[in-house]
Amino acid sequence: MSTLSILDVQHLTKTYDTGAGKLTVLKDISFTLPAGSTCSILGPSGSGKTTLLGLCAGLDRPTSGSVLLNGITLGEEGEDERARIRNEHVGFVFQNFQLIPTLTALENVTVPMELRGDRGARQLGLDLLRRVGLAERVDHYPAQLSGGEQQRVALARAFINRPKVLFADEPTGNLDAETSSSVIEIMLELNRSAGTALVLVTHDSDVANLTERTVRLRNGEMV
Amino acid sequence: MAWRDSRSSRRRLLLFSISITLGIAALVSISSFRHSLSRAIDDQARGLIGADLVIESTRPFRPEDEELLHSLGEPQAREIRFATMASFPKSNGTRLTSVRALGGGFPFYGPMETVPAAAAREFRQGAQAIVEESLLLQFHAEVGDPIKIGESQFTIAGALKKMPGEASAAGSFAPRVYIPLQDLAATNLLKIGSIARYRAYVKFPENTDVESRIEMLGPQIKRLGLEFDTVAKRKRDLGTSLENLYRFLNLIGFISLLLGAVGVASAIQAHLQQKTRTGAILRCLGMSAAGTVLVYLVQTAAMGLFGAGFGAVLGVAMQRVFPRILMSFLPLAISTSIAWRPIVAGIFTGFSICILFALPPLLRFRRLSPLRVFRAAMEVESAPRGRDPVLWAVYALIVAGITGFSISQTDTLKHGLAFAAALFLAVGIFAGVAKLLIIGIRKFFPHGRSFVLRQGLANLYRPNNRTLLLTLSLGLGTFLLLNLYLTREVLLAQFSSVGTKNQPNIFFFDIQPDQKAGVAELVRASGMPVIQEAPIVTMRLAEVKGRRTTEILLDSQRKTPEWELEREYRTTYREQLTDTEKISAGHWIGRVDYHPDDKVPISLDADIAKDLGTKIGDELIFDVQGVPIKTTVASTRTVDWKRFQTNFFVLFPAGVLENAPTFHVLVSRVETPADSAKLQNAIVARFPNVSAIDLTSVIQTVDSILGKVALVIRVMSLFTVGAGLIVLASTIWSGRYQRLQESILLRTLGASRLQIWKILCAEYFLLGLFASLTGIVLAVGASWGLAKFVFKLGYAPSLWPLFVAAGAVSLLTVAVGLIASRGVGSAPPLEILRAEAE
Repeated sequence: MSTLSILDVQHLTKTYDTGAGKLTVLKDISFTLPAGSTCSILGPSGSGKTTLLGLCAGLDRPTSGSVLLNGITLGEEGEDERARIRNEHVGFVFQNFQLIPTLTALENVTVPMELRGDRGARQLGLDLLRRVGLAERVDHYPAQLSGGEQQRVALARAFINRPKVLFADEPTGNLDAETSSSVIEIMLELNRSAGTALVLVTHDSDVANLTERTVRLRNGEMV
Repeated sequence: MAWRDSRSSRRRLLLFSISITLGIAALVSISSFRHSLSRAIDDQARGLIGADLVIESTRPFRPEDEELLHSLGEPQAREIRFATMASFPKSNGTRLTSVRALGGGFPFYGPMETVPAAAAREFRQGAQAIVEESLLLQFHAEVGDPIKIGESQFTIAGALKKMPGEASAAGSFAPRVYIPLQDLAATNLLKIGSIARYRAYVKFPENTDVESRIEMLGPQIKRLGLEFDTVAKRKRDLGTSLENLYRFLNLIGFISLLLGAVGVASAIQAHLQQKTRTGAILRCLGMSAAGTVLVYLVQTAAMGLFGAGFGAVLGVAMQRVFPRILMSFLPLAISTSIAWRPIVAGIFTGFSICILFALPPLLRFRRLSPLRVFRAAMEVESAPRGRDPVLWAVYALIVAGITGFSISQTDTLKHGLAFAAALFLAVGIFAGVAKLLIIGIRKFFPHGRSFVLRQGLANLYRPNNRTLLLTLSLGLGTFLLLNLYLTREVLLAQFSSVGTKNQPNIFFFDIQPDQKAGVAELVRASGMPVIQEAPIVTMRLAEVKGRRTTEILLDSQRKTPEWELEREYRTTYREQLTDTEKISAGHWIGRVDYHPDDKVPISLDADIAKDLGTKIGDELIFDVQGVPIKTTVASTRTVDWKRFQTNFFVLFPAGVLENAPTFHVLVSRVETPADSAKLQNAIVARFPNVSAIDLTSVIQTVDSILGKVALVIRVMSLFTVGAGLIVLASTIWSGRYQRLQESILLRTLGASRLQIWKILCAEYFLLGLFASLTGIVLAVGASWGLAKFVFKLGYAPSLWPLFVAAGAVSLLTVAVGLIASRGVGSAPPLEILRAEAE
């Protein structure tokens, strides 16, 4: 592993047992990502992009190979330990925003810190919502926000823990072109100012071109 | 379409349908039980009194009475029944019993059930007794052992299991002992003035038209001042009281059904929320609004039919429970069978209620915009509000349906409306409390507390919360059970509190004038105090303000209750009032110099005076065992009847009744059950005719009777609690998808499984706690109201049942909540990246 890499993926393979037999969705994937850099994972539907993102973020365990996140081998840790690692080192942004509908914008943003038992989250959450342009919407529920606003809340939530890596799964997939570019802009700006590495799953080669590196997948293999 | 659409949610829909199952089961089981009961009453009608006609008097039959009885033909049987002490020489135990000296072949219909069976026949030959089974058990006595009644000793011939027309609870206060009539005189118990009831049982010849015969005889019997009972009358009385019981139980069952229906409505709402996208897609593809609603209406109907059908099956199985728990109160044997009418009625009621309650969310669904298909999947659907006339019509129909059912289940329109109003008020109170709770939590939110607690608390007021529904279902169940418990406690407390404050707790009565000094001496010699002594003279009311009571009784316009005109007044005479009496009008006159035909200035209990329509100065004539005594109402008194001592409706001044046939009552206090038994044994050994009532055993009996009554209501309340828990489970299940999403998201963001479980625990615990607290507050309020306004008793509930209720309901909620949420905490977080499909 390079001393500067924040994510080191080596010979990663993931196979699922299905009723019809074994299904290999990722085959022998290897790449490294330096701290503070940006990377996109590009590929058609069903190429294994989301599975790769999930394995890199510690949401699942690989069948073989390894993922080192900030020097920690994720595959060796139990589920609760991986949850702690995610909480401390990882931020997420999803295509469908994944805000908790029963929490206000501010409450959604502060959840990761609250889970750690950190009581000073409120002010930080307010600052982040201000930075993403939602200072006036802190007490609104997700249903009361537009798609772009919800994604900006999700971004604020992703950055509240000052993560080492931000994983974004099709973050602009549900947004119009104008909102999409503003969301990507905010992500890149936060990447620059906070030094957070960015891993972006996308279909869009224009968005992929904005990142320093691109991992292309086809049928579960790097091409 | 409805069938295909239900593919992914059939299991969930089935679970929702169970919400109404218990309610239907309650209604079907009660109705089936009523059906079996009516059939049993018809089948065993003649056995209800064991004869065609029973004529009863509180004095020995006079020659004119005998003349009437003679005219009725044979066969006849005679019985004299009175309360007296029976003692068991082998175990040295004594107890107040109801002795029935029986002569003749009674019962003419239905068997006298004894163990051994032959004893019912053999004891009549003489010197033998049939003793209530529970009494034999209490004193470890067996067939062949001796039992002493008065001055005679009998051999126990058998244990009494059942007498036609009498429930086994009939012997609770004074267990029954049957002896042959010819042996009664030898007991030397019946003296002049002794309280006894004289009965003649008559059996008419086979082809007699009993109804018309009795119709002709009735006025004649009444004119002689006798009471009578017939099969038709007993059937009517029994039918009325059982109908009241049925209606009461049915209303509680109905509450369970309503709770279930509210649960179904809530589940349908959650189901429709998850079907928003499907509905919107169908609309986009050209399905009409009515068509979309119809898809889900068909699913609801299927769900309702399944729940109602399952409930009916459960109800049929459960109808066997009622005869068991009501056994000791029922004077007849009941066999249960399947009756279709209650089943069909139960299914129809449940199905209709289910559809009716599901209509509001279904009707809202018809306003679903096809545009919803373009909106995010996890968005919260907020129920559109507005002035939808169809929706309001459905609400009106629900109110009308509930009111209609309530009216059909009560004896009068007023009671039906009152029950429906009380139901709506209770729902309003629970809804109000839930609303206040939500506002209170938001206003006083504990921002400084842990995330887990705040998250749990916040879930109670967040969008799509089920706080109102669960407060209603869990709170109502808590309210019913606790109110029952607290009311029972209030009723029992009046005895126990008196017993502990150096107040009297044992009565000796039937003391003859020449035994008075001896009994008092024996009591004092045993180290017990003589707290009160009173002479008792029995008399009947003959005239009120110049009108004969027999004449008033025939007056259809009269307001005075029958029992006040017919009863035997046990009256005393003295110079002073006691501390339980207070003059409310007029003046108390404590002594008079009486000459025959003088009007005696008496004092009446204020309530009786009011019922009789008398005021100060009005005239009453009492028949004192054949001697008419004129009186005027000189004063009225308020009497504290709750005090365990001798209290009287009518009080004479000293100087009038001293020479009338009298017996005495002596009131004392014993410290322990052993002292009580010792004193009773000593008194009965020397004065066999003297009887005793021990407060401790009275409390035990009251407790046991209340316990049995409470059991019936508790079983019904459990239906409500059960329905509440099912509603809880199905409500949690209906919000499971959202929970699962939230939980996966929290896990993705770094929450441990323990944290997820803690949040769920906190939420369910707080929900259970708040719901139970609401129920507790209302139960305390209601039992206080019952104590103060209905029973007119003091109110000091013990606190521990309240804590137990709060703790039990909260923990039960947590348990049910966690069971319904199982799997939520351990779903793999990767799922969040997968399709967010339904």
